[in-house]
Amino acid sequence: MNPVEAMPLSSPPKTLTIALAGNPNSGKSTLFNALTRLRQKVGNYPGVTVEKKLGRTFLPDGRAVNVLDLPGTYSLTVRSLDEKVACDVLLGRMPDTPAVDIVVCVADVTNLERNLYLVTQIQDLGLPVVVALNMMDDLASQGKTIDAGRLARELGAPVVPMTAVKGRGVAELRNLLTQNIPLRTARGWTMTPILDQEVERLALWLKDYGFPSGQSFSEALRLITMVDRECAVEKPVQEMVAQARGRLTEAGVDWRSAVIEARYAWLHGVVEGCLKEETEPKANWTQHIDAVLTHRIWGWAAFAAVMAVMFYAIFSLASYPMDWIDAGFQALAGLFKAWLPAGPLRDLITDGIIAGVGGVVIFLPQILILFFFIALLQDTGYMARAAFIMDRLMNRVGLHGKSFIPLLSSFACAIPGIMATRSIETPKDRLVTILVAPLMTCSARLPVYTLMIAVLIPGTSAWQKTALMLGLYLMGVVGAIGMAMVFKKTILRGPTPPFIMELPPYRRPSVRAILWQMWERSQLFLRKAGTVIVALSVVLWALMSYPHHDHLPPGQALQSSYAGQIGMALEPVLKPLGFDWRIGIGLLGSFTAREVFVSTMSIVFNIDEGADGGRSLLDAFHQALWPDGHPLFTPLTCLSLMVFFVFAMQCISSIAIVRRETNSWRWPLFQVFYMTSLAYLMSFLVFQGGRLLGWT
Amino acid sequence: MALVALSSMKIGEKGTVDALQGDDAVAQRLLELGLIPGSSIEVVRFAPMGDPINIKVRGYHLSLRRQEARTVRVAVEDPL
Repeated sequence: MNPVEAMPLSSPPKTLTIALAGNPNSGKSTLFNALTRLRQKVGNYPGVTVEKKLGRTFLPDGRAVNVLDLPGTYSLTVRSLDEKVACDVLLGRMPDTPAVDIVVCVADVTNLERNLYLVTQIQDLGLPVVVALNMMDDLASQGKTIDAGRLARELGAPVVPMTAVKGRGVAELRNLLTQNIPLRTARGWTMTPILDQEVERLALWLKDYGFPSGQSFSEALRLITMVDRECAVEKPVQEMVAQARGRLTEAGVDWRSAVIEARYAWLHGVVEGCLKEETEPKANWTQHIDAVLTHRIWGWAAFAAVMAVMFYAIFSLASYPMDWIDAGFQALAGLFKAWLPAGPLRDLITDGIIAGVGGVVIFLPQILILFFFIALLQDTGYMARAAFIMDRLMNRVGLHGKSFIPLLSSFACAIPGIMATRSIETPKDRLVTILVAPLMTCSARLPVYTLMIAVLIPGTSAWQKTALMLGLYLMGVVGAIGMAMVFKKTILRGPTPPFIMELPPYRRPSVRAILWQMWERSQLFLRKAGTVIVALSVVLWALMSYPHHDHLPPGQALQSSYAGQIGMALEPVLKPLGFDWRIGIGLLGSFTAREVFVSTMSIVFNIDEGADGGRSLLDAFHQALWPDGHPLFTPLTCLSLMVFFVFAMQCISSIAIVRRETNSWRWPLFQVFYMTSLAYLMSFLVFQGGRLLGWT
Repeated sequence: MALVALSSMKIGEKGTVDALQGDDAVAQRLLELGLIPGSSIEVVRFAPMGDPINIKVRGYHLSLRRQEARTVRVAVEDPL
């Protein structure tokens, strides 16, 4: 088990590279994990935001091989970004990515024709293919068997039956990969003579034009068939294709569907010959469960129940480990205070770094629980049902069911949520989803909400706090829906995208897979904490400590520091929202990352009131006053602050992600602008509205 | 034997895909997913709000909106 820290994403020559391809839900990732264990590195393909998963494994003969987990695709016809990337990688056209030597096509045996469709396309690329026939156990429970040998002969590729989630068949695959995998000797599927003629003709022309000869045939197939609005094809090629299509149409051949139908016609015969029904199938659990979970009434009830369980777990179960973490960091700070002499270095470490990191790490339990649920829902198959149920609602707003999952993921963190939008095929709808995703209350807001709710509602009434928390979440959701509707009606007007989605059978999730996903996602969060926020905490601490005014009392020292000066300058703008310059500093810091607000406030108030750290931040808030003696954190101010956080765009990392996903600065900057304005407006309305109603 | 749009079929109804009309990109996507003319399909259920619909084709379940289903012409045995 070698660590992968130093592993480059491109490989030195001669290391075998295996690509894993296959439909979504075929168990490809399970196989990838089984092969590579922890020897994985996740990055991005150059220039696009498709995840690149590269791993390493050792074959039985001791050789190390690279394993590339390609995005799940139904075909290589290049309609979505995922398909384009998969195609480019297989053709060796992707920069910084090793050339693929062998393709292991993972095929769900319970769904064979559709899965083998992709296999025929990959074989046409002229690459050696091994078919991993996955989910054999599910086939057995359907009462069917398959003649793998016959399938291998018909396909012209070795076939390895397996049940990846149970680890069965993986060893056989490894053994097979030590041998030389031959290319397919003859194409199994056939076309009508006219079609065949035109494809060959185009292929020859492409070869002359400059296409690598091994790929010209598959390229010709693709060009003749593909109906693509965004055609990045050169003029001469376009003309040849148009001519070929014209001749085909004259001959009565529908070029849109001819190739597709030819493949399926052949596959139908092959599969029929290999699959046999042996015994009576066992009960089809998926259908029974779906009868309830997508029922007109029970479906909603189940959905609400799942959401309620998730939220309650986050806010009550998580509190135990959170307390432990809190105590741990306090102890750590105490240690440093004892070891080091008083001075700037000690302050930097205890008040800057430890306080900053601790304030973020404490939310790890909540985030882990959230990611656990999302992984669980995804792996069992329920996520698809959620999209199925929600689609009608999403449709009314101009989005569709597939936006639901990215938006739901944004409840944990908008970054993976925004990254998940690449499953949305239409650019406009993807953009709208990206623009409103940060309005979904992400976990980074939790520190702020928890703190403010504790200030607002002293005591331990969990139900009141949960209710208020849910209210804030709801506000975010309503905001997201509202803004999505506005965008779809104004600047991003366009037709509603099609909603075509597979409903996979319910599957028992692999505990290991879920734990792995939790680990992977929380790593992302921690890295954000470890780097961005620590750096920011240090910068903020510096802004607040310098210029050094040791001769002044702490309160005035803070006011004269850089941070204080900025805060004071902002105060007139913030007063109508009920905020003072200290909250102003907090908001300033939190514009880079929301979690920073809490650690900033700790710093602000600790420095303000004296060096003794015996008092909690909560007490500090309760005691904070305006210069004229009025309490600062009145209920109305707390509400106004929380509302501000509901709507404001405060996350440098997500701005960076939006920049990558949209390939320009225009949209992330627009996003910051519209969300900040919205936050200001809503906060203003809450505070001034409350004042008018007589609350203070 | 009648030709109807997939969107107008009732729950439990079965039929054979006859033709795919309408938007080329959607039609191709459906073809690639297995809705080839000649394939048998069955309407399994509707979503709680009536849309999208869940159909069974080539042994798996696919969900699509009525809007897209309208472009799929299906031959049904006895219209229910």
